[in-house]
Amino acid sequence: MSSPDSPSCSDYEVIVRLKPEVLDPEARAIQETLTRIGFAGVKGLQVSKRYVLSIEDQGANAAGHAEQIAREYLANPVSETFQIRKL
Amino acid sequence: MKRFTAAGAPRIGLIDFPGSNCDRDCNDAFERHFGIKLIPVWHTEHTLPQVDAVLLPGGFSYGDYLRSGALAAHSPIMGAVKSFVSKGGAALGICNGFQILTESHLLPGALLRNRSRRFICKFVNLAVGSGNSVYQKQLGQRVLRLPIAHGEGRYYIDGEGLRRLHDQGQVAFRYADAKGHANDESNPNGAVDNIAGIVSENGRVMGLMPHPERATDPLLGGSVDGLAVLDTFLSSFM
Repeated sequence: MSSPDSPSCSDYEVIVRLKPEVLDPEARAIQETLTRIGFAGVKGLQVSKRYVLSIEDQGANAAGHAEQIAREYLANPVSETFQIRKL
Repeated sequence: MKRFTAAGAPRIGLIDFPGSNCDRDCNDAFERHFGIKLIPVWHTEHTLPQVDAVLLPGGFSYGDYLRSGALAAHSPIMGAVKSFVSKGGAALGICNGFQILTESHLLPGALLRNRSRRFICKFVNLAVGSGNSVYQKQLGQRVLRLPIAHGEGRYYIDGEGLRRLHDQGQVAFRYADAKGHANDESNPNGAVDNIAGIVSENGRVMGLMPHPERATDPLLGGSVDGLAVLDTFLSSFM
């Protein structure tokens, strides 16, 4: 929340998920349960984590910082991918 | 096995994070069996005291938030640990300590949620991989019996990374049966190629999911094979 005195912020949404080739046991468990309770048509399910960063616009490279935070901290490039967009 | 007097003992820094919970077990094992009192180092420190090696114990640093070991990897002390390791310093990371070493890029790969989705606490057999590190040479062909206790211990690395690990002799421990054969039945967590522990290219940084410090006393039953692993850690820098 911004007040008249505080600098304006932009929100960036970062979605992090496991790479498709990496087994996600949580996603598999949810999908198996859906199948078991009658939703046989569900053939795929992905689990991801959503982060929303509120970054000060003033004087800073907000988009660049959001990208750097996502790449270097929120996602592990060994096992995960991320998508980023400005809200 | 090595035994030291207080004056002659090596100086090993025990890196403590909020949520570390195997630090006392590590200290107990080194003090009672080797005569070494570990030097506690809190995560907020920016420098290491004068040490010959560092030990990252198991636990749930920072509540495992973000990913296991991810926040610890960016704590102030890890800058000093990275600098120490880059100069050839020896490090041992056990369980969460292994996760911190991979998140710090001091070892390749990542540790993910177990295939079974369960937290697993049990003894496993480990075959020693081939390579030139002191761990592989000193522990040789024996099959070790150590306990694991983790929910996120499934070692993952892509195909190219795995080839590189094997080519460079970095696979130190693999989950195996009692005869030392690694197969799917003996793989408790779905780790790539049954990998339980790896060493750095220079053989001085070791990370493993099993807990050697929990297999050091006959009173606890099971196995004292952890002593051999801790003894080898000492050999890696002495």
